[in-house]
Amino acid sequence: MTQNLPPPYTALARHPMMPRTRHDEAARFNFLTHFNRYISGTLGRGNQLAYESRVLPTFRAEHGRDPVHRNEIRDAMNRDGFHRTWSALKRNAMEMRQMNGRQTVLRQLDALDALARQFNEHSGQLELDPRVQQPRYQTCVDIHCQPGGYHGEERPGDVTVGANYDVGLFATTGGALGALNDGGGQAVVAWAKANRPGWSPQRILDIGCTIGHNAVPIAQGFPDAEVIAIDTAGASLRYGAARAAGLGVRNIRFVQADGEDLSRFPDNHFDWVQTTMFLHELSAASMPRILAEAWRVLKPGGLMLHVEQPQYGPDMPLFEQFMRDWDAFNNNEPFWSAMHGVSMTDVMEEAGFAREDQFSVGVRAVADPSVFPPSPDGGAEDYGRAAIWNAYGAWKAAPAQELAA
Amino acid sequence: MTQGLDWIARSGARAKGRRPAFFDEPAVDRLYSLSLALMAEQSATRERLDTVERLLEAGGSLNRQDIEDYAPDRTAGEERGEDTRAFIARVMRGFQQEVEAMEQPDPPILDIVEELSVR
Repeated sequence: MTQNLPPPYTALARHPMMPRTRHDEAARFNFLTHFNRYISGTLGRGNQLAYESRVLPTFRAEHGRDPVHRNEIRDAMNRDGFHRTWSALKRNAMEMRQMNGRQTVLRQLDALDALARQFNEHSGQLELDPRVQQPRYQTCVDIHCQPGGYHGEERPGDVTVGANYDVGLFATTGGALGALNDGGGQAVVAWAKANRPGWSPQRILDIGCTIGHNAVPIAQGFPDAEVIAIDTAGASLRYGAARAAGLGVRNIRFVQADGEDLSRFPDNHFDWVQTTMFLHELSAASMPRILAEAWRVLKPGGLMLHVEQPQYGPDMPLFEQFMRDWDAFNNNEPFWSAMHGVSMTDVMEEAGFAREDQFSVGVRAVADPSVFPPSPDGGAEDYGRAAIWNAYGAWKAAPAQELAA
Repeated sequence: MTQGLDWIARSGARAKGRRPAFFDEPAVDRLYSLSLALMAEQSATRERLDTVERLLEAGGSLNRQDIEDYAPDRTAGEERGEDTRAFIARVMRGFQQEVEAMEQPDPPILDIVEELSVR
């Protein structure tokens, strides 16, 4: 009976910076959590049925062939009544999540701003640099329909966008990220400890950390390491640094910086460079520059790891590619489609990682399964949103290996 | 409440980026937004009523802060989650049955009427 029920919103941990929800604010998130699952599960399979029963036959009749690219499927499906309906439901659910999150945050913004200021003034864990420009890929649209993106302000120095991100992530992911929304970072830690037992990285860089929900668990998992979490968006960093301080995690610093220019760090400086669900929010021009910088600052023998949704690749059916592409066109994720269309192996090779030093591995969010059941997968998977990812990684070749190669 | 800015007005800020039109008639897009918002409010009200009932059942009286602070235990959380699922299933029945009809399509009822009308 209760199989696969998402936990109630109140199961989330109330760390000090987490905006407090009133009864009905939590109830609205509960509704959205269930509604998102309903759209992706019960109704989601209607997309494939519509495609197979009428959209594909019509396409074949018109063109005398099958579609050869996901964009052809998209054009055809965007004329289908069921898919339009489904998309309208999904888009509205995203917008309602933002509205509910913003109401929750904005009514208590005075208290949140004051608390963040207090944490950040005392912790020394926040380093803002007003000279850092917001890149075009962050300002052209508000990413995943989050008003203000990661960088916008309601008033100078506020924490609105970061707090709104944290308070509502639960509804978008159906609670699959665990009590602190940190299941992605925890998964990375579990993978590193299982695959390199005894490894103790000293310096770790997380690029594009936003509010640090995936960087903080790395700092917790490697308490002897010093974690530097960077982002261009000061508004998110203000919240993230205060959130980490509130959680009592001290071995992480939040630094406003652009991954395209890591000149503040010398070559071969970090033991580990991490990005989590970051690359798809960039652009074709910036991604290779950031990866090249990441390679430069990584020590020989160090780990580069990118957690992302799976790349499309030639083995993925075009229909699945089309479904995974939905967010690019309907949820303000404009680089999503192109990013997932490239070969990560090629991109990482171009950045300096030899093909033979690269690997990819599937990872799932780590959360307490007794409270937070895992994301549905298989047929019920919410393409592009499920807490099931691929990690694309490489161990940077040590000089001796380079000579041998 | 937050001073110096209209938190209600700002909470509805539009995300930058042109919104896709899902239907040919823009009013249909607006109606979807309206219906779904009302559905969410109805769901939240039902959950609040459940909270009131549980608090009254447990204590015989309540104050409003108890409602705001209420967090269901595991059993109550599952019961409420199932209620929400069932609520969504009732409201969304038309969409769900459209999927079912695509899965197992039927001929037009006229065909059946004609079939059963001849000896």
